[in-house]
Amino acid sequence: MFRRLHEPANAVTIQIDGSPVRAAPGDSVAAALLATGNPVCRQSPASGADRAPFCMIGACFECLMEIDGVPNRQACLVPVREGMQVRRQARPTPVGAVASPADKVAS
Amino acid sequence: MSAIDLAIVGAGPAGLAAAATAAELGLSVTVFDENTAPGGQIYRGIEAVAGPRARDLAVLGPAYAAGKAVVERFRASKAGYSPATTVWLVQKDRRLGILRDGKASMVEARRVLIATGALERPVPIPGWTLPGVMLAGAAQSLLKASGMVPAGPVVLAGNGPLLWQLAAQFVAAGVNIAALLETGSAYKAALPHLPAVVLAGGYLAKGLGLIASVRKAGVPIRRSVEGLRAVGKGRLQAVEFTAGGRAERIPAELLCLHQGVVANAQLGMAIPLKHEWVEAQRCWRPVLDAWGNSDVEGIAVAGDGAGIGGADAAVHAGRIAGFEAARALGRIDAAARDARAAGDVAAWRRHLRARPFLDALYPPARALRVPADDVMVCRCEEVTAGQVREAVRQGGTGPNQVKSFTRTGMGPCQGRMCGLTISEIIADALGKPVAAVGTYRIRPPIKPLTVGELAALE
Amino acid sequence: MSDAEYIVVGGGLVGSAIGYGLLRRGRRVVVLDEGDVALRASRGNFGLVWVQGKGLGMPAYADWARLSADVWPEFYTELTQRTGIDVNYRKPGGFQLCMGEADLAERVKSIDQLRAQQGAKGYDCEVVDRRRLDNIVPGLGPDIVAGMYCPHDGHVSPLRLLKALHKALGNAYRPNGAATAIRAVAGGYSVDAGGITHAAPRVVLAAGLGNLPMCAMLGFKLPVRPQRGQILVTERLPAFLDYPLSGVRQTEEGSVMMGSSREEVGYDNGTTPETMRSIAANGIRVFPKLQHARVVRAWGALRILAPDEFPIYQTVPGHDGVMVATCHSGVSLAGAHALRFAGHLADWRLPEHFSAFHSRRFDVPKTA
Repeated sequence: MFRRLHEPANAVTIQIDGSPVRAAPGDSVAAALLATGNPVCRQSPASGADRAPFCMIGACFECLMEIDGVPNRQACLVPVREGMQVRRQARPTPVGAVASPADKVAS
Repeated sequence: MSAIDLAIVGAGPAGLAAAATAAELGLSVTVFDENTAPGGQIYRGIEAVAGPRARDLAVLGPAYAAGKAVVERFRASKAGYSPATTVWLVQKDRRLGILRDGKASMVEARRVLIATGALERPVPIPGWTLPGVMLAGAAQSLLKASGMVPAGPVVLAGNGPLLWQLAAQFVAAGVNIAALLETGSAYKAALPHLPAVVLAGGYLAKGLGLIASVRKAGVPIRRSVEGLRAVGKGRLQAVEFTAGGRAERIPAELLCLHQGVVANAQLGMAIPLKHEWVEAQRCWRPVLDAWGNSDVEGIAVAGDGAGIGGADAAVHAGRIAGFEAARALGRIDAAARDARAAGDVAAWRRHLRARPFLDALYPPARALRVPADDVMVCRCEEVTAGQVREAVRQGGTGPNQVKSFTRTGMGPCQGRMCGLTISEIIADALGKPVAAVGTYRIRPPIKPLTVGELAALE
Repeated sequence: MSDAEYIVVGGGLVGSAIGYGLLRRGRRVVVLDEGDVALRASRGNFGLVWVQGKGLGMPAYADWARLSADVWPEFYTELTQRTGIDVNYRKPGGFQLCMGEADLAERVKSIDQLRAQQGAKGYDCEVVDRRRLDNIVPGLGPDIVAGMYCPHDGHVSPLRLLKALHKALGNAYRPNGAATAIRAVAGGYSVDAGGITHAAPRVVLAAGLGNLPMCAMLGFKLPVRPQRGQILVTERLPAFLDYPLSGVRQTEEGSVMMGSSREEVGYDNGTTPETMRSIAANGIRVFPKLQHARVVRAWGALRILAPDEFPIYQTVPGHDGVMVATCHSGVSLAGAHALRFAGHLADWRLPEHFSAFHSRRFDVPKTA
C-alpha cells in the first residue's frame, strides 16, 4: 500500500506469515507490513473483521500482531530485526458455555 | 533504589527541551520514551533524516528540520535517555511503572514531567475501520520514519494544518492525490483572531504557502464536504461524500483522515491529575499553573499534552518546565528561575497567539464529533453511536456508566480512540455541556503489559 | 412529590434488584441513584454467583446464599424475557482451587464445619483431586493440588446485570441525584436527591457505603466499613476456561479477570503496583499460560463489610418505615433480593429467621 522514496541501504528481511518481506533498519514492523500489498494485521476480536494499522503512534492498538511468538504486540512500536517472525492474528475463539458441567465433574 | 531528580515521560520537543534545560542546571534527569529514537511524533526520525536519509528533507520541509537543533541540544546534555520504554503507570507519590525489554520495574523520581504530546482527534465516519483508512498523522509518520509514501491513489479528508502539510509533502514526493476533501473551515469565525496570528509570526505565511503549493500542483480540492464515507468490501475501494449538494465517489486505495490534534491526556488522567474541558479545542487538558505544575505535588505537564500549542511553543514550555524543576528542587531560587525563563515565557506566549485563529478556522465538524447512529465509535469493542445513545436513554448518566453498559473504552486502546466522541455524544443526547458530562476514568496500566511482566515487577 | 409506595435509595445491584422485585409485584417504586461518578461496587466486582464457603458461623446466611443460587435461573430467564438483555448467567458449578496440602486441609475442614452446621439440609461441595481436575480445568499450574467443587456456583456479567435491571426499572430508575437527606414526614419519609424531594410510606436503604450517612441522619450507627479489592483484567483470549474459579474467571467476551485483594484503606478505591503484582503472580500460579496475556485494566472497588462480613437486613431502630439492606454480595444475592426479599418488603415484614441478619448480633458481648 506504501512505497519507499528510496530503496533502503542494508535492508533486512523479516517473515510475515512465512513470506519474506524486505525492510529498512529503523522501520517498525507495521511500516514493513504497509510496504507490502496487504495491510491487514489482524482480525478484530469483537467481530473478526480485518483491520490494518491506523494511527502509527502507539495509541489505537489496531496494529496488534504476533511477533516472534508473542501475540498482541503493537507492530508500530516494534523495530524490525533480521529474521523476525511476524504473524497476522486471527480472532480469538469466542467463549462458549459448558454443555453438561455436572457430567464433566462426575466423570 | 535512589530517586532521580526529574523523570520525563516523552521525548518530543517539550520533553527534550525540558531534559536539556534541567540537566544543564545540574539535575539528574531521565527521559522515558516509547519510541526507539528521540523527536516525538513531530520530529519522528529526525536523527536519521539529519544523517543518512538527508534527501528526504526536501519532502519533509523546513518546519520538520527545526527538530534537529532540539534533539542535538538534548544529546549534548547529561540527561539520561531510556528509549523503547513504556511508562504504564505514574503514581501520585511520583513512582513510575516502566517496561523495557520485557522487564517491568518501578522508578522513583523527586519530580515528574509529563510531555506526552498530542493525539489526532478521532474521525468516526462510516467505514473508518476498513484496511486502507488511516489517520493523516499515521501516513506522515511513515514518511518521517521510513521515507514511505502511498503507492496508489490517496484521498485526504478532514481539516486542519496537518492535512495541508501532508498534502504538500505528498505533492513534493510525487504522490497521486486523488482529492483533498475539506470538511469545513470557518474563515468568518477565525477572522477576529487574524491580527493575533500575524503577531505570532510565520504561522499564516507557512499555512498559505502549503495551501498554495497543493493548489498549484492541481490537486482536486472539494470544500464543505459532508457525508464522508469509506466504502469497500474488506478493503477501502472508494470514498463517498457530498460537496455543494452533489454526491461524489472517488476510487482510492488509501484514505487519510484528520481533524486536528488534541492533548494526549491519558497518563495524567490515570494518576489522576485534575483536568478541564477546553471548549475552543474541544478536548481535555490538565489544570496547570503558569509553570506547568498540576494539582498533584511534584507532577508537571508541558507541551501539547498540556493543551495544543504546536512544536515551537512546546520547546519553550519544556524549557520553562526545566527551570521550574530546578527551582522546585532547590537548584535555583525563584528570582533566578524568573530571569532565566523570561525569554522562553515571552516566546511561548507569542507562539500561543496563533492558536485562537487556528482553533476557530478548523473546528471539528459536528457530524464527526457527534456521529450518526450507524457509525462505529469504539473501534476496539465495535460499539456504534446508536448503542451509546440507547445506553443514555436507559439511564446511562455519563461516560463511565455507558462504558460499563456498552464496553466502549474497555478495549486495549482504553478510550484513546473513542473517549472524546463518547463524551460529545452523551453531552449532545442529554443537552448538557461536555464539561458537565465528564470523561472516562482512566485505569492503569495505561499501556498493556503482560501478566508475567507485571508479576515480575521490581 | 411522587405517589411512590417505596423509595429505594441506591441504584447499584442491591437497590436495583430490590426495586425490580417490588416493581414486578406491582408496587410503585422509585430507585434513586447517583450520577456517573460514584463508588459503585456494582461496576467493580468480579461477577461470581457464589455459594461455597459462605455462611460459616451464620446458618441463615448459608441458607440465603444457597436460596439465591437456587432462584437465579428463574431470575435470569425472567430478566432476559423482560429486557431482551442476556446477562450471561452460567451455572456450571465453581471451583475453589487449593494451593498445597495445607490449603486443601483448611478448605476441607471449613466445608466439613459448614456441613455440620447445616445438618439435615446437607452441603453440596466435594473435593476434586488434581487428576480429575486436569480433565475439567486443563492448564493449571503445579501448585494446585485439588479443587473444591460446588455445583451451585456460577457467574454472570455484572455490568450487563446492572444494565438489564435499570432497563427493567424503566421510569422507576432515577439517576443523577445522590440522596442527601432523609427525614420522617407525615405518612412516611421524605428523601432529597438531586434537588427533588421524594416521599413515600416506605424507604429501603440499599446504597452500599452510602447507607452510612443515611442511617446516621436517622440516629443509627450502621456497623459497616469499606474494604478494597483490586482486580486485573486481560485482553480477550481464546476460550479456555468454562468454570468460574474463586480468583480467576473468563468472561463471555474472552477477557480474564483476576482478583482480588482485601485491603483496609478506607475510601481509597485506587490501585497499587504492589497489589497488581501479587494478583498477577497468583494468576500465573493458577494458569501459567496467563503470563503471556496482556493486562489492559486494573481497578479498585470497595466492599461493604459488616464486622462478621455477613449482610445486615433490618428496620432502622425507631423508624419502622425504613429498611436497611447492606451486603457485599450484590451479584450472588441479586436473585434472592429480587424474587424473595422484595416479597418480604411487599408485606413489610421480615420472616422470623431474618432476625439473624439484625445488627444487634454485634451487641452481644462475647462470653468469657
